[in-house]
Amino acid sequence: MIAKKTDRRGFLKGSAALAGLAAGSLPFASGNAHAADEPTAGLGVTPDDPVIEDLAYGGRSRFETTIRAHSVGTLNVTGLRNLTPLQDTIGAITPAAYHFLVLREKHLPNIDPKEHTLLIHGMVDRPLVFTMDELKRFPSVSEVHFLECTGNSGVMHYKSYLSDQKKYPDTAKDVRFIQALHGRTSSNEWTGVRLSVLLKECGVQPGAAWIVAEGNDTEKHAKSMPLEKCLDDVIVAYGQNGEALRREQGYPLRLLVPGWQGVNNVKYLRNIKVVDKPYYFQSETTAYTNLRPDGKASIYESQVGPKSLITFPCDGDQLKDLGYHQITGLAWSGRGAISRVEVSTDNGRTWKDAVLQTPIYRKAHTRFRFDWNWDGSEAVIMSRCTNEYGDIQPTFTELAQMWGNMAEPHLPAADVIKFWETANISEFLNNPIQSWKIGRDGSVKDALYTNLNIKV
Amino acid sequence: MRCIPISISRSSVLLPAVLLLACGVSWAQGPTYKLGRTPTEAEVKAWDHAVGPEGKELPAGSGSAVEGAKLFAARCSFCHGKNAEGIFPWPRLAGGVGTLNTPTPIRSSGSYLPYATTIWDFINRAMPRDAEGTLSPSEVYALTAFILFKNGTIKETDVLDKKSLVEIKMPNRDGFFPTTPQANADKDHSWLPFWDQVKDLRKEDKAFDGK
Repeated sequence: MIAKKTDRRGFLKGSAALAGLAAGSLPFASGNAHAADEPTAGLGVTPDDPVIEDLAYGGRSRFETTIRAHSVGTLNVTGLRNLTPLQDTIGAITPAAYHFLVLREKHLPNIDPKEHTLLIHGMVDRPLVFTMDELKRFPSVSEVHFLECTGNSGVMHYKSYLSDQKKYPDTAKDVRFIQALHGRTSSNEWTGVRLSVLLKECGVQPGAAWIVAEGNDTEKHAKSMPLEKCLDDVIVAYGQNGEALRREQGYPLRLLVPGWQGVNNVKYLRNIKVVDKPYYFQSETTAYTNLRPDGKASIYESQVGPKSLITFPCDGDQLKDLGYHQITGLAWSGRGAISRVEVSTDNGRTWKDAVLQTPIYRKAHTRFRFDWNWDGSEAVIMSRCTNEYGDIQPTFTELAQMWGNMAEPHLPAADVIKFWETANISEFLNNPIQSWKIGRDGSVKDALYTNLNIKV
Repeated sequence: MRCIPISISRSSVLLPAVLLLACGVSWAQGPTYKLGRTPTEAEVKAWDHAVGPEGKELPAGSGSAVEGAKLFAARCSFCHGKNAEGIFPWPRLAGGVGTLNTPTPIRSSGSYLPYATTIWDFINRAMPRDAEGTLSPSEVYALTAFILFKNGTIKETDVLDKKSLVEIKMPNRDGFFPTTPQANADKDHSWLPFWDQVKDLRKEDKAFDGK
C-alpha cells in the first residue's frame, strides 16, 4: 500500500475509465468524478484493496485465502513447516507461494547473491569457485520436477495430526487432513545448470564415488549423494517457476535432485566436496533412515516410489449435489514418467483409467481427471498409478509387506503395520493408496489412516 | 553418462564402473567453459569441515566427558536435558541401546548412530542453536565425549581427539543396510528392489479392506 489515498483515487479514476473502454462500454465517459471515486459498486473493490501501482509485484484477490498451513505437531514448537494446500491446487504446477518448506532451524537465510559463491573441491583436478553470475553463464536447463519430503504421508504425521487436534483444537481445526498428511510435496519448473557440467569443469578424479553437498544456512545442512546421480540429472538451480528461487527454497542457489527424497535437495548451496565414500551425516543417520521391526534400518535409499492422491474430493470436502463431479488428483514417481492412473469408486473392486494432463514430465506431478456421477450412496474412492517402468503404487498393506519381506526372517505385513502403530519413529517411502469415504450426506473422510490402531 | 555413445544394459553391474573410469580419463583433458576461478587455500579450508567416518578433516584438540559435563549443562541441557535424555520435542541423545528391535525402539545418538564422527560433525556444524559455529574443536570433542559417556560407550575420563574418535565402535555399527552403500548401479533405480514387487504381491483386484 504505497499510494496515498488521493493519488489512488486519481489513479482509480483513470483505470476505471480504461476498464470501461476495454469492456466496450463507457460508464465513466462523462468524466463524472463522483462516480469514479466510488468504483466499488458491483466490482467488489474496497478502499484497502491494492491498486495497479501496488501490484508492481503481483498479488492475488483478497477472496483467495488459501495458505500453507503450519504442519501439525509443530504448532506450539517451531511452526517452521509450511505445507502445500493440495486440496486447493489446480493443474500440475504448484505456485511458488504454495510450495511446502521443511526447515529444521528457526532462521531463514537471506543471502545477497553478489556475495554468494559455490565452491567445488575434493577429488577433482581443478578446485573451482563460481559466482552466481558465472553459474548463470553456463548452459542452462529448465525442467519440471516434484519435490517431496522424505517423511510425507507417514504414520508419524498422522499421530501428530491426531495429537494436535486434541491438544491445540483451536489452531489445529483449520488444518486440512490432506495438507497435514500429504502436503509435503510440490512440483515446479526449476532452472539452472546441470551439476555434471560443473563437475566436468573441475575434472572428477578416478576413485571418486560420492559428493558431500552443504548449504549456507544456520545448521549448514549437509548431505552425501552418489556421484552417479550427480552426473545424471541433478540441477544446480537458481530459478523457480520463471523467477529467482524463493528465499525459503534456498535463494540464491539450491540442488534439485529429480525423483529423490527432499532431504537431498540442499538449499543455499555453498559447498560441494567430491569424495570416495558417504559421510553419514546426522541428516542421513539419526534422521531420514527407515527403521524396520527387526532393528535394522535402511540408509541412502533415496528414490521416491510411484504415488498418486485424489485431491478432490478429499477429507473435509462436502458434496452438495448428486450428479456430475470431476474427481481429480496428482500422480508422481521418482523413477520415470507416470504412464497410467486408475481410479476406483467402488472400494477397489473395479478400476478405470483417468485422463492424464499433458505434457507428462518425468519425475513431476501429473494431474489426472476422472468423470464421475455421484448417486448419493456411500462410496469409497481411490487412485493408483503406474510409471513408465511398470512400477505400481502399493496399498498400505502391500507397502508393509515389502518392508516385511526385507526383514530377516521375513515378517507378515500385519506385524510391520503394528510396528508403525506403536513405535515412536518416523517411517519413510510412504506411497500407499489413499482412499476417501463419501457418506450419504456428502461428507468426505479419510478411509485409510482412520483404520490404524493409533492412540494419542 | 553422455560421454560414451553406447547404450547401457540395465542389468549390467560392471559397465557403469567402467564408464565412470572412462569419463574420468576423458574429463582430465580440461575445462570446456573456463568459468570460475581457483579458490585460495583459505577459502577451501573454511568449507572443508565436513567430517566422515574416517575423520580425515578432524582438527587438533581434545576433550573428555569431565569437561563436557560442564559445557553440556551450560550450553545444551536446556533442550537436551540434564542427562542428554531430551526434552520433547528436542532429540534424545542418550539411552535406548538394545531397544531397536523391540516394539518401542528408542533411537538416540548412542543407540542408533553407526559412527561417533556423526556426533562431532553435527555439534560442530549446527550446535548450539543460535550460536552455531562458536564452539572450539576441544569443546566439540568434550561434548561428544559427554554424550558417548552418557550412553556407556566410553569412560568418563576417556580423552577424545582426532585419533581416538574414529576408533570408537558404536553399538549399532552394523545396524544399517546396505552395509556398504554403493553408488546406484542403475542411475534411474534406487538400490532398494522395491516398487517392482507390487506386481507379484497383487494377483487380482478385490475390495479394499481398509488398509
